Amino acid sequence: MSTSKTPAEKVSVDKAPAGEPRPIREGENLLEVENLGKHFPVTAGLLRRQVAAVKAVDGVSFSVRKGETLGLVGESGCGKSTTGRMIMRLLDPSFGKITFEGQDITKMSQRRLRPLRRDLQMIFQDPYSSLNPRKTVGAIVGAPFRLQNLEAEQGVKKAVQEILELVGLNPEHYNRYPHEFSGGQRQRIGIARTLALKPKLIIADEPVSALDVSVQAQVVNLLEDLQDELDLTYVVIAHDLSVVRHISDRVAVMYLGKIVELADRTDLYERPMHPYTNALLSAVPIPDPAQRGERKRIRLQGDVPSPLDPPPACRFHTRCWKAQDICKQVEPPLVELSPGHQAACHFPENTTVSATDAVAKAAVAPGAAAAGDAGSASAADSAE
Amino acid sequence: MAAPIEVSGSDTEAHPEAVLSGVDRKKIQGRSLGQIAWMRLKRDKIALTGAVVVILLILIAIFGPYFVQNPLTYHQNLIDPTYNRPKYGFWHSGISMDHPLGVEPGTGRDMLARIVHGARISLLVSFLATLMSVVIGTVAGVIAGYFGGWVDYIISRAMDAFLAFPLLLFAIALVGVVADGAFGMTGNGLRVSVLVIVIGFFNWPYIGRIIRGQTLSLREREFVDAARSMGASNSYVLFKEILPNLVAPILVYATLLIPVNILFEAALSFLGVGVIPPTPSWGGMLTLAVPIYSSDPMFMIIPGMAIFITVLAFNLFGDGLRDALDPRAK
Repeated sequence: MSTSKTPAEKVSVDKAPAGEPRPIREGENLLEVENLGKHFPVTAGLLRRQVAAVKAVDGVSFSVRKGETLGLVGESGCGKSTTGRMIMRLLDPSFGKITFEGQDITKMSQRRLRPLRRDLQMIFQDPYSSLNPRKTVGAIVGAPFRLQNLEAEQGVKKAVQEILELVGLNPEHYNRYPHEFSGGQRQRIGIARTLALKPKLIIADEPVSALDVSVQAQVVNLLEDLQDELDLTYVVIAHDLSVVRHISDRVAVMYLGKIVELADRTDLYERPMHPYTNALLSAVPIPDPAQRGERKRIRLQGDVPSPLDPPPACRFHTRCWKAQDICKQVEPPLVELSPGHQAACHFPENTTVSATDAVAKAAVAPGAAAAGDAGSASAADSAE
Repeated sequence: MAAPIEVSGSDTEAHPEAVLSGVDRKKIQGRSLGQIAWMRLKRDKIALTGAVVVILLILIAIFGPYFVQNPLTYHQNLIDPTYNRPKYGFWHSGISMDHPLGVEPGTGRDMLARIVHGARISLLVSFLATLMSVVIGTVAGVIAGYFGGWVDYIISRAMDAFLAFPLLLFAIALVGVVADGAFGMTGNGLRVSVLVIVIGFFNWPYIGRIIRGQTLSLREREFVDAARSMGASNSYVLFKEILPNLVAPILVYATLLIPVNILFEAALSFLGVGVIPPTPSWGGMLTLAVPIYSSDPMFMIIPGMAIFITVLAFNLFGDGLRDALDPRAK
């Protein structure tokens, strides 16, 4: 790559419009996302006129402190992966601002972004598609060195083998091809590639959802161990609430392109405020059969509305059992309702209301009557 | 990241290696997809037969002309002047020890020599034309599939236009129009060049479409995003990530395009716009055989069989190659 010959420092300093990169200490915000959005245009006709837009992400704001893990959960299609891809600048945001290490990277050109990519890496969802089948493990894990024009002190091969060992793979497998590995091993190769340049922030896009449950635990534990070892910051995108609970320090819940609730992990799981969060949590399977009868699921009525034409004001009002007129007219802002606990709801379950209690209220609501209907369990299914 | 950390639960996966640790560990070497394809190909006896025939044909085309008689020498003494056909051999084919495939009616030229020289022209034209189609088709297909948008639109419409082109008529017309001495070439050099360019230039959309489709699907694979997220440029993604995955389809469709082009060259020669007689070509021999096939059938059967065997061998080899390289695509 001819352009990356320039030293990284020189490129990144080169007329940076929005602040120099500055060292971020533990606990400070490493990543800040403000009102970020992505609208995919829908075109029609010969002239490719834009007739509509899929509002995949429609204004999300959050920040990630150095050393913490932020979980991003939600149903399929709620925009969590799109958010991750925008932070990685694999997708260009439609609006909003992304600040990484105090530097605005929203509009930065790919060339100026290149040195920054050392610090910002991504773990991909599908270990069968994220590794090039024509390349050896050594070439895959060594690619970041080549792409960033970096020389490891002891040579790239030695460095790659050390990383392989770090993620629990046999360094002798350097010359093997991805198809010779199991799903869990492949995901470890993907993680090894991510770690090659010792990044500061890792966006993990559904890092374990393609894996077998027993292997999921191994990979999640590996991610946690690596975080301690290498001082990493994670944004973990997942739809598995148990995985998110296990790995996250804070959790953001997304619904139809917006964050509806953002809180510390224990706070969110024990005192969820937003009705949607309540519904999601009630759908988590209970492993102990003896306890299964004690909690009832909140069954949401209907499907997720189309992001082409999301409902006005509160996007959840079409499926919310607590919805009133104000929910259809005024959009609830994402505000801090208790210390460190943000929620966007007009009628939050803000006290110590648990999911179990919420069911009692839901039973009175008309929505619960149609619980057996087809499609009514969609939220519950996709949250598994 | 010097010290390896303890990874809980990794024991199960590390187990096979623990067993192997006693064995020579230096020997752990991955098998590339190419090596696996070769192993599969070796088990496919039909494809292997095709491959052997293909290799023999190529060797014959390259070295054969040095071992056979002069294809232009007349042996009129072997011809029965009454019927204008060979005097000897079964079915009046003229087959003898001196002329294993017989002689040509009328002139008495050696058939083996003519078939061998015809193979040279046939394979030369079809290989060069295929090479041209593959190069144009791959470049256009990759660009269309990778960049998409209006680039894709223009290239795809160009492919449609090329596929709708009346190629055979165009070739016949072009050969008549291109005057001898054009582009500084004369005679057969010019004819072969025109044939290669016509066949090669108008066949690229077939491979172009396949490559475009493959690129479209490869572009969406996560390893492309992974390369991007590490700061890879478009050229890196195209040449280092996507192109290696296209080698298999390119090889397969090139192998399957060769027999198509052999047939096309034979058809053009049959219609009289191939190489200029007396230079032998398979299609041209068939043309000569048409008026006298009832009195000397072998004269038609021999060049026909040459075309048939060649096309069949390439097709069998190409099919086997496809099965070996991509077992899912059955």
